[in-house]
Parts: sequence; structure tokens; C-alpha cells
Amino acid sequence: MIITTPTDREISITKKFAAPRRLVFDAHTRPELLKRWFGPHDWRLEVCEIDLRPGGAWYYLMRGPGGTTMTLRGTYLEIAAPERIVSTESNVDCEARAAHEAVGTLVFVEHAGRTTLTNTIRFPSNEVRDAVLSTGMARGVGEGLDRLTALLAATSGSPAPR
Amino acid sequence: MALTATLERLDATFAALADPTRRAILARLARGEASVKELAEPFAMTQPAISKHLKVLERAGLVSRGRDAQRRPCRLEVEPLRDATTWLAEYRRFWSESYERLESLLDELQEGQ
Repeated sequence: MIITTPTDREISITKKFAAPRRLVFDAHTRPELLKRWFGPHDWRLEVCEIDLRPGGAWYYLMRGPGGTTMTLRGTYLEIAAPERIVSTESNVDCEARAAHEAVGTLVFVEHAGRTTLTNTIRFPSNEVRDAVLSTGMARGVGEGLDRLTALLAATSGSPAPR
Repeated sequence: MALTATLERLDATFAALADPTRRAILARLARGEASVKELAEPFAMTQPAISKHLKVLERAGLVSRGRDAQRRPCRLEVEPLRDATTWLAEYRRFWSESYERLESLLDELQEGQ
């Protein structure tokens, strides 16, 4: 699994699966299959509702450690089976997110019976970032992300005085 | 994703980190606090230019300024960096664990065919 930041507003994950794309696509669009894999090990996808058409809604309710729940929902913008799915997504448990939906794009490319999945999330812009971008100084959030871990590693050894 | 919850807060952090000069300023401050004059020296930049970058870093909460009226030393605030790194680690975990399970499921589905 490779994680990259193609633009200043996107985070992209690429992963190869040893299966034809029809199957990988189905695993992303059929609730009975999604419930068997979606989420980290300690989370369960309890409710999964999918109305697979442009303008159709999706709704996921997940339950994690200690009974914590997390609700995700969105609207499909584009469906091109078995190649591409574009949808909005927001975290219902976070009110601030409701007005600022992210857009997720899944692209399935098959080669010799194997499928490369690209999962890209594009975040909404905001005032602070726009202000920075408008100065023409920013080289993209990507670089920031890429260097973040190294920078933090450098700082954690010598915490700044507060 | 669920993990988008904290993203708006992190947005300012990432934007501030997107510039190489600002990252260099942070790396310098990681070694200890410094005045604007001290920060400007290694960059071949004027103090007003450095101050501009510092304002962006301050707005993102990555840098704070001391009260000493003369020197107003700049110091690194590590919390936003930690939040950003944590967020990215969680995002990675979410998908790597999900995709591990998806791999097993795809194997299982193909065995059945």
C-alpha cells in the first residue's frame, strides 16, 4: 500500500489486489461484502446502506472499541462500473464536517487479472489555506505531509520550552 | 473518512508546512528558540520576509512569540505537528488494516469460484 499526496488538497492510497476488478468493485459496492472488510481490525461495519446511482446516498455505521460509534455518509456523484466511483463523504459525528464534505474517488484498473485500486480523497479548501496559497509561496500540502514525520522526529528529541 | 473529522484543524498546519522556508524555520526552532534576526541570518532573506512566514506559522499555532519586547523570541509549538502526524498515522492504519481484510476476502471469494 502506497500513500501519496498528489496535490495540496488530496491524499491518495494505491493498493494492488490479486483479483479481477469486477470482484474488487463488488467488494466496494455490495453491503454484505463491505461488512466483511471495511474498517480497522477493532471496528465493525454494523450498518451499510448503499443506493448505487448518481445522486444516491450511502450510509455506514461503524462500531469500535468500547462501543464507540462512527457514522459516515455521502452521495454518489459518478458510477462507472467496474472502473470508477466518485462520491461525497462526511463524518456525521462531527458537525463541522457536514458543511464541508470531502470528495472520494475510487479507480479500479485491471491488468493481467490483478487490480490496482487508487483511493483518493480531496478535502475542501478553507480560508487559511487559500490565504497561504494566494501568496504563491505554497508548494502544496504534499511536501508538508511528506516531511512532517521527519520534522517531528527531529523535534521530539528536544521538546520546545513552553 | 472518519479521520476527516480533525482535518479542518490540521488544514492550517499542512498549509503552513507546505513552504520550504517555513519548514526550515521550524527545523531551526526545533533546536531552541530564536529571534527574527537570528532566523533571518541563514536564509539570505530580509527580516520582514521572515516575519511574514512567521505570521503564517503563528496563525497555524506552530510558533509562539515570547513577551520580551526587544527580542520577542520565537519558539516551536509541537502540539499541532503531533496532531497532524497522528491523523496521518490513523488514516494509514484505517486503510492498511481494511485492505488486509479485503485481500483475505477476495482470496476467499475466488476460491469459491
